[in-house]
Amino acid sequence: MNAPVNPKKLIKGGLHDWEVVIGMEIHAQITSRSKLFSGASTAFGAEPNAHVSLVDAAMPGMLPVINEECVAQAVRTGLGLKARINLRSVFDRKNYFYPDLPQGYQISQYKDPIVGEGEVLVDLPEGESITVGIERLHLEQDAGKSLHDQAPNLSFVDLNRSGVALMEIVSRPDLRSSEEAKAYVTKLRTILRYLGTCDGDMEKGNLRADVNVSVRRPGEPLGTRCEIKNVNSIRFIGQAIETEARRQIAILEDGGAIVQETRLFDPGRGETRSMRSKEEAHDYRYFPDPDLLPLEFSQDFVDGLAAGLPELPDAKKARFVADFGLSPYDAGVLVAERASADFYEAVAKGRDGKAAANWVINELFGRLNKEGLGIDQSPVSADQLGSIIDLIGEGTISGKIAKDLFEIVWTDGGDPRAVVEARGMKQVTDTGAIEAAVDQIIAQNPDKVAQAREKPTLLGWFVGQTMKATGGKANPAAVNALLKAKLGIA
Amino acid sequence: MSVDAQTVRRIAHLARIAVSDEEVAPLQGELNAILAFVEQLGTVDVSGVEPMTSVTPMAMKKRADVVTDGERAADVVANAPETEDNYFLVPKVVE
Repeated sequence: MNAPVNPKKLIKGGLHDWEVVIGMEIHAQITSRSKLFSGASTAFGAEPNAHVSLVDAAMPGMLPVINEECVAQAVRTGLGLKARINLRSVFDRKNYFYPDLPQGYQISQYKDPIVGEGEVLVDLPEGESITVGIERLHLEQDAGKSLHDQAPNLSFVDLNRSGVALMEIVSRPDLRSSEEAKAYVTKLRTILRYLGTCDGDMEKGNLRADVNVSVRRPGEPLGTRCEIKNVNSIRFIGQAIETEARRQIAILEDGGAIVQETRLFDPGRGETRSMRSKEEAHDYRYFPDPDLLPLEFSQDFVDGLAAGLPELPDAKKARFVADFGLSPYDAGVLVAERASADFYEAVAKGRDGKAAANWVINELFGRLNKEGLGIDQSPVSADQLGSIIDLIGEGTISGKIAKDLFEIVWTDGGDPRAVVEARGMKQVTDTGAIEAAVDQIIAQNPDKVAQAREKPTLLGWFVGQTMKATGGKANPAAVNALLKAKLGIA
Repeated sequence: MSVDAQTVRRIAHLARIAVSDEEVAPLQGELNAILAFVEQLGTVDVSGVEPMTSVTPMAMKKRADVVTDGERAADVVANAPETEDNYFLVPKVVE
């Protein structure tokens, strides 16, 4: 918590430099078919109140029965966060009133959560990495949804989300900039998606963050914090932190004091504002839920889940660096999504790992991003991309032609090898043909030939002309060698 | 432990129960009587006794992750004073 202060991360106020201290509570919706305590479906986008059982609607006499898969998902997540798994945990009632909370309380875990302390390794741009402490993870119910814009004096309540299982993942206040906070959420989301315990879809509200922000002069004790509720995109998390930190710095530099409170971030106005009305209700009067026995399971249950975990991003990244000779940065890009990593491995199998990484990251990802497509929607398959790389490796096509070939395969599909044959895209390695082209260019440009003897960098111009003359099909290495010999450049 | 009049009002408010001024004093008396009664339990020595969570020792029942319920929106909203398209309608609540 008191790691050395990195001066680059400080925020300049009018009077002093300030350090921002951030902790996060992430609410991650558990991937499961049915709800935490009822057999109603969790599927998104149903008709109003269609996915609601009488338990979710809190009808009198209804009793909660826990979904064992939700328990398993929480344990898997705990294992993925290298956290302590508590073989015994307790469900409590968190009491508050809101129309989309029909029970009048949320079933949550307070003193004895299912998962204890863990950690997440977060990579930052520029190769730096930090370890963020996880304080706890607990299971709880989601609330329903209120629509306020349907009628002037009424709110519309839909309980489809009511009772869906959430994991609240609480970090330690280990983050020191909005960049770190964004990188942390990104990494956590990646881990959850690898584990298959949460789909991380922030647009649907399946991953949301409460952000605790305070500021202090470097070396001083922690300042008073404010909690910014329900920030629902990674970009907004960054903006909310910047905005809130500057608000607090302005108050402190004017000699004021920060009031601990809950605030909302308004991305439209670029400000956070107080939710004072909620403050008074912040007395949740937790007590153990008498409807539920303590949640207990064996170490064998945990070990069985641990054995079934997939390779996680950190391990995969290390393996890509070790086995394929990738830079940590490239490996990090490839493992950010499991589907991307799988695609890369399919391309790299039996081929040069670095060449495969270059093609996947630069050509394929670049093109997918441009078109707004995901890796699973790629028109070019791993096999097709692999064939293109093979064709370059064999010297059948040049790297330049390969890019054209990639475009053709992207647009029209087909077997790259057959496309090369059909369209006559083969590289000319026949020295005689290349030599003829080189001789012609030298004969046509005596002035440039003379200059090139003085200025060897002109070689590039000759290479360009030769490639042009051969329709880009000449083997660049052969062209270079021939030109150097004929122009007398060492 | 005992509660004062202010605490009585606060508890009532948290529970969304309307309590008139005349009711506060009698309620305070009743609550304090209950608290005093419960406090007698504090005199029992329970060191070394595990807190009881169930009358008979048993593990919590768990269910499989299967959809077995729902698709009964009309039943769910049947008792609501006001509905539209199977939404519950409530007086507007906006932060």
